[in-house]
Amino acid sequence: MDFIRNFPFFSIILSLFSGPLSSILGGKWAKRVNGAVIGLCGVMSVAVLWYVCRTGEAYVYTMGHFPAPWGNEIRAGILEALMAVFFCAIMLLCMLGGEREREAEIEASRQNLYYIMVDLLLCSLLALIYTNDLFTAYVFVEINTISACGLIMIRRSGRTVEAAARYMIMSLLGSGLLLLGLCFLYDLTGHLLMSNIRESVQVLAAEGMYERPLLVAICLMCVGLAIKSALFPFHNWLPDAYGYSTVSSAAILSSLVSKGYIFLLVKIFCRVIGFDVFSGSKVIHVLFVFGIAGMIMGSVDAIRESDIRRMIAYSSVAQIGYIYMGFGLGTMEGVIASIYHVICHAATKSLLFVAASGITDASGGSRYFKDLNGAGRRNRLAGVAFTVGALSMVGVPMFAGFISKLFFSQAAVGHEIKMLPTLIALAISTVLNAVYFMRTVIRIYSPVKITASEEKPAKQEDGREKTSRMPENYREITMRQQPAKAVAMILFILLNILLGLNSEPLIGLIQRGLGMFS
Amino acid sequence: MDLGNLIRNYGEAVAMILFGIGFSNLLLQKNLIKKIIGLNIMDTATYLFLAMKGYIDGRKAPVVVDGVQSVEAYVNPIPSGLVLTGIVVSVSVTALMLSLTIRLYRRYHTLDLDEITTLQNSLPPESEEDNRGASGEASQRTER
Repeated sequence: MDFIRNFPFFSIILSLFSGPLSSILGGKWAKRVNGAVIGLCGVMSVAVLWYVCRTGEAYVYTMGHFPAPWGNEIRAGILEALMAVFFCAIMLLCMLGGEREREAEIEASRQNLYYIMVDLLLCSLLALIYTNDLFTAYVFVEINTISACGLIMIRRSGRTVEAAARYMIMSLLGSGLLLLGLCFLYDLTGHLLMSNIRESVQVLAAEGMYERPLLVAICLMCVGLAIKSALFPFHNWLPDAYGYSTVSSAAILSSLVSKGYIFLLVKIFCRVIGFDVFSGSKVIHVLFVFGIAGMIMGSVDAIRESDIRRMIAYSSVAQIGYIYMGFGLGTMEGVIASIYHVICHAATKSLLFVAASGITDASGGSRYFKDLNGAGRRNRLAGVAFTVGALSMVGVPMFAGFISKLFFSQAAVGHEIKMLPTLIALAISTVLNAVYFMRTVIRIYSPVKITASEEKPAKQEDGREKTSRMPENYREITMRQQPAKAVAMILFILLNILLGLNSEPLIGLIQRGLGMFS
Repeated sequence: MDLGNLIRNYGEAVAMILFGIGFSNLLLQKNLIKKIIGLNIMDTATYLFLAMKGYIDGRKAPVVVDGVQSVEAYVNPIPSGLVLTGIVVSVSVTALMLSLTIRLYRRYHTLDLDEITTLQNSLPPESEEDNRGASGEASQRTER
């Protein structure tokens, strides 16, 4: 049984090496290797999860058997294994759901490049989850950024290159700040391993030494990771990057890449700085304020959007705001709610992206609201899937989003100052979510107005407004025509309902996992 | 406030100023090449900071020569290792940014990111994608 202890390392190294392997394979085989690797990593993560649940304690895997202050370490606890399982599962479903679009939008000669990027992305996500060394985390943050940039620009068009450039610039600002924060922390403590830094930081905090440099280090790391995960004022790159890349890229970027950084931030709070020191610093108030601003401004931007993909992208800004608001509460309940929301948002947002691609398929490829009338009837499964995703995002009971909103409000109740702002922001944000998601759901189920679009075919005073397509472009899509996407959507719907109806075991695992952190 | 500390740690102070210069260039410049230069200044400032932190006055580089094995003789080697790793990361990121810049320049014949955005938005929808037609054909082909 102790063999399972090697699995975190195996899954990292397997996905790392499958990248170079894919570069000499053709597109078809690269795809198979990629699917197999994601599946295998998922299975291994399940085994790790089972192992740590059974032994009841986290374990440390020393790379090359060098002892603590010198060697590099991997640490696996319940929360790490749980995240790895979820990331692998969602990545597999995203790849499945966007398969058809990938093959249409990427030239055949460049197909295998896409799978290299996905392999490397998986590797960096797993490494971010499992690593116990801050500098290793920084290196994998950069690998994550580079492969995410590849995912955006693989579809050749001016918009994606521009979006990739903007994404890279913001990401590099973030990683520069993160690196500087790590250097400060190394300078203060003399360690790079998370557990050793934590001991030193506790001593420093108890003696009141280096109070300001420590605060600066915390600030730098928080701001760096907040920029990379698109917290509100830093979200300008997000709509273009999510809106114009191919479907599986958009789903993976929104549900996994930004969540990897957020999980690293959780590790930094709980395992590097220590939750007491972190919640005693003023940084959490800043995160709280920007989180709330993001919840509201993201939804307002989404309401103003006329493109379904960009609307979903802006909705991500709002959801990231929820997560940071949970951190900003400064209580363990807030962090648990945030981690649950990470999982729930990952499951829902990728469902929405895949369903939106099904809806636009049925409307002649147009992504603008005015062309989407009746799309839910032409592609029934995508319509149902989008409705489920929308209900979950709005927070209707039975779906995943409701549970996380419930936990956020429970975490806020009892907090002297932050209770009222949190509850008010939750209420406003729910109403705003309902406005734009329900508007879309009503739109895709309303009848087609043929006369209106025939009488004035091209209204083009604004360059961004597409020519309104004739209803001849509309076509019925059944599940049989797109089996992969249908399977992905059905699994996503089931996952959402499972998360919404049966959340106690997951919350229990998150609580136990966080307990192992400290 | 003790200015003596600031003067004694002049290396770190310079590193922070350089970091600020690089950061604001990367954030605020419109020209992509200037942005990349800013990125490099920012990264180099971090390495300067690390190198200053690892240096101990009067000690040598941590390479064993003449059989001197005492810890007292050498500076801290770990920051140098971190700097090396950091340089590798920064080189690859710079290369990626430069290749993105080349692609943008070939398409829009300008390096100004704001101008690129305006150009992008003013393009008529048909010519916005040169491969949209191709992708449409490809999707039809797969359906057949």
